[in-house]
Amino acid sequence: MPQHTFILNGQQVTVDVEDDVRLLWVLRDVLGVTGPKYGCGLGVCQACTSHINGKAFNPCSVPVGDLQPTDRVTTIEGLPATVGRDLHPMQEAWLQFDVPQCGYCQPGQIMAAVAKVLQARAAGRQLGDTDYDEIRNICRCGTYYRIREAIAAAENQF
Amino acid sequence: MVTQSPQQPFRPEGEGFGRRRFLGFVLAASTLTVAAQLGEGAAAPKAAAAVPGLPEPAELYDLNDMLTDATLLTANLITITMNPDGTASFALPRAEVGQGVTTSTAMLIAEELDLPLDKVRVTLADARPELVFNQLTGGSNTTISTYTPVRVAAATAKQRLLEAAAAELGAPLSALSALQGVITAPDGRSLGYAELAVKAASLTNLRVAVTLKAASAFQVIGTPQNRIDALDAVTGRKQFAMDVKVAGAMPAMICRPPTINGTVVSVQNLAAVQAMPGITDVAVVSTGVAVRGRTFGQCIDAVRALQVTWGPGSEDHATDATVLAELRAAENPLVTPPLPLLTEAIDARFTFHFASNSPLETNCAVADVRSDSAEIWASVKAPITAQEEIAAKLGLPVTAVTVHCVQGGGSFGRKLFHDAALEAAEVSQKMGKPVRLMWHRTDDFRHGRVHPMSTSRVRATYSLGQVLTMDQRHTSVATEFGHGLGEIITSLAAKLPVGGLAFSETIFTLTQQTPYNFGVTSQLLTEVDNGFHTGSMRNIYSPNVRCAQELVVDRLAAAMGRDPYEFRREFLKDRRAVAVLDKVAQVGNWGRAMAPGTAQGIAIHPEYHGFVAVLAEIDCTAATVNRQIPDAVTGPRVTKVVCAVDVGLAVNPKGLEAQMMGGIMDGIAITLTSSLHLHNGVFQEGSWDNYFYTRQWNTPTELDIIVMPPTTGTPGGAGELAVAGAMAAVACAYGRATGTMPTTFPINHDAPLAFTPLPTVPPIPQSPTDGLSRAY
Repeated sequence: MPQHTFILNGQQVTVDVEDDVRLLWVLRDVLGVTGPKYGCGLGVCQACTSHINGKAFNPCSVPVGDLQPTDRVTTIEGLPATVGRDLHPMQEAWLQFDVPQCGYCQPGQIMAAVAKVLQARAAGRQLGDTDYDEIRNICRCGTYYRIREAIAAAENQF
Repeated sequence: MVTQSPQQPFRPEGEGFGRRRFLGFVLAASTLTVAAQLGEGAAAPKAAAAVPGLPEPAELYDLNDMLTDATLLTANLITITMNPDGTASFALPRAEVGQGVTTSTAMLIAEELDLPLDKVRVTLADARPELVFNQLTGGSNTTISTYTPVRVAAATAKQRLLEAAAAELGAPLSALSALQGVITAPDGRSLGYAELAVKAASLTNLRVAVTLKAASAFQVIGTPQNRIDALDAVTGRKQFAMDVKVAGAMPAMICRPPTINGTVVSVQNLAAVQAMPGITDVAVVSTGVAVRGRTFGQCIDAVRALQVTWGPGSEDHATDATVLAELRAAENPLVTPPLPLLTEAIDARFTFHFASNSPLETNCAVADVRSDSAEIWASVKAPITAQEEIAAKLGLPVTAVTVHCVQGGGSFGRKLFHDAALEAAEVSQKMGKPVRLMWHRTDDFRHGRVHPMSTSRVRATYSLGQVLTMDQRHTSVATEFGHGLGEIITSLAAKLPVGGLAFSETIFTLTQQTPYNFGVTSQLLTEVDNGFHTGSMRNIYSPNVRCAQELVVDRLAAAMGRDPYEFRREFLKDRRAVAVLDKVAQVGNWGRAMAPGTAQGIAIHPEYHGFVAVLAEIDCTAATVNRQIPDAVTGPRVTKVVCAVDVGLAVNPKGLEAQMMGGIMDGIAITLTSSLHLHNGVFQEGSWDNYFYTRQWNTPTELDIIVMPPTTGTPGGAGELAVAGAMAAVACAYGRATGTMPTTFPINHDAPLAFTPLPTVPPIPQSPTDGLSRAY
């Protein structure tokens, strides 16, 4: 069985699994990292959103064989360490506005929000309505408004 | 977003001392363990909501009534344990699916126990068959039914702790004070609950009278609190069914038929699929062909590889049009006698299409079935019914089946049923191995529960400034109630003033109402029984029934030359309804000048001892409607919503605001964008880019939710309340912005499909491989 090596939340990991198994299942079923959630497996709902080399992506849509040993994968579990804190400021804002309801989509929402802020910052601007409208993550509990409030509060905190 | 009215003093019913005396129990245990009885009143959520004369929980638990009960029951008790580490534990016999009941329950305990909120641990109880009807989560009933018993148990614990402290400190009980988990004597000596937990324990079961706090003394109830599980949620630590680690429980999925209820005739390549990478087992089960493997990804591969000959389904020739024709043929006629002189009528007919109650967490369950026992982990709102049905399916005694209730990733009605738990049990038994069974998203839309299609006819007559009649005939594909609510109704049949009706008619009669003084009113339900898997969807009938009514109210106002707000205000029956209506009109600046193509809409909805009013502003201009967002339905955008809610007493105003916000997003979705399209026995939608639930680009950019100060002093239901009000307000706004009253919901249902339907064979699509190229 092929071996795959990559960096997961700051630590190198090696897994024995077929090349075409999508990273989401390697994380959840093989490595037991359950922060990224399954909501469709189609790259649509974005519940599994994590970061690869600092950019948001959907592990459900990436065969594990596509990863390089130097690729840095960050799930919600590893997000605080990227800023050297116990909680990322985006997570703190999520708590401040009490965003989660069932909580199922929230790891993906937070990972998407962090990437969206960094994307806008790289382009030299603050987030606007158009940026929020580009966040495709489903929240079936309908927490969208508090998500906007939390992102706006955290935008300049990291 | 949120403004909150200042908490004002109030004098609710039941505030008097006598109405606050209840009976609690101290149970024999090594550490302080207290209990209170869950009651009959709690078992009849719908009845309690609508039928005068049925006892309210507070009355059922009145001390005098209870003292006449000679038997100390230990079966139907809810139990709080005071732990030697100073925390209190409680296993809530209800489901937490995002609605916030673990938090509000912890608040009730913190209040009566005088313990900091973060010292209260609330978990979900396993299925407890002895609770009979008292472990059903539905009808926005949790807080209504547990508000008193939970506080009684907590008050019992505090009383025992005070007694133990009095003995330890040698001080009279009346001189002690309890604050934040510490009991202090007049001389300043103090003991923490941690030190008293074991000393306060009892060797025998005791029955004691306790007095609940007066509302004026509340420190926790009525204050905005964050969810107790928020930290777990934002760190990814919160555990859902698929995150539970059960030894050997490998992923499992089902290959499902191409049409609803299709059956397996034969499988051509079972051995070949079983030999695929990672796959351990393949078995034919009652709903399709089950596969089990190392990863869900490999299960998806196996499902797609299976070559199955399928038998016909139950609705293979049905389409939206045939179901609608069937509903119209079944409509109960509206009979209005010849109209007197000067009397005019408004007649309207509305169509509400199939919709999906699918949460983001698809149907799923873990099952470990052995020869003589079974253990299930799932989020279920009717765990006792689940336990009974699983036992029957497996051929095991009910007592051999354990159902562990796991927190759910949303429900919206879906988790009243336990389809995945039943399936997982069957698969585990057939394969002889534990399984972690999960539905694919596409299956969840196509084969999962749906909210039934319905029509509503409304006729109102008016004359000389008065509305004389309003009649409504609601006709619906049957809603399934096989989750325990039916049994509750049977058990209470003798008490209900609507004997002889079917379950669904009973529920319709007990929940639906016309909140206006419109003379002679009538509302009737007719059902068409099809072979669809149906269920409620964040309410059963109200969003559709009340939306139809409120649209006709707007028509009446227009016909009578009245302003929609002033008209409603004049005819509303209840002053609490007027108060919330006034609040949104004032905060939302009702009647302000609006640009062409935009408008305000206003509506109210009463239910579950509560009232909600919603004012919505909508933008139907071409520039907005034609916004281009990839794989999305944009259309009219609700730009602003103001919502005022009075639930009698908001235990947690912050949680109540969250429920209103979610209900508003649901109301926007079912009015403007989200529905299922039925074609030849299969729903066309198979992904969240087909089923257009509210997304960020549909979300109002202004949202103002006002929690009204306490009115009745007892909590009403919250989880479903806002959906009907929001749907009606958005529909009314749309009608006023476009000049045409909408009659088909969602408004875009009859437009060409905004997506290309996924194939039905194989039943589920393969996951993409281009994720890296889409990283941002």
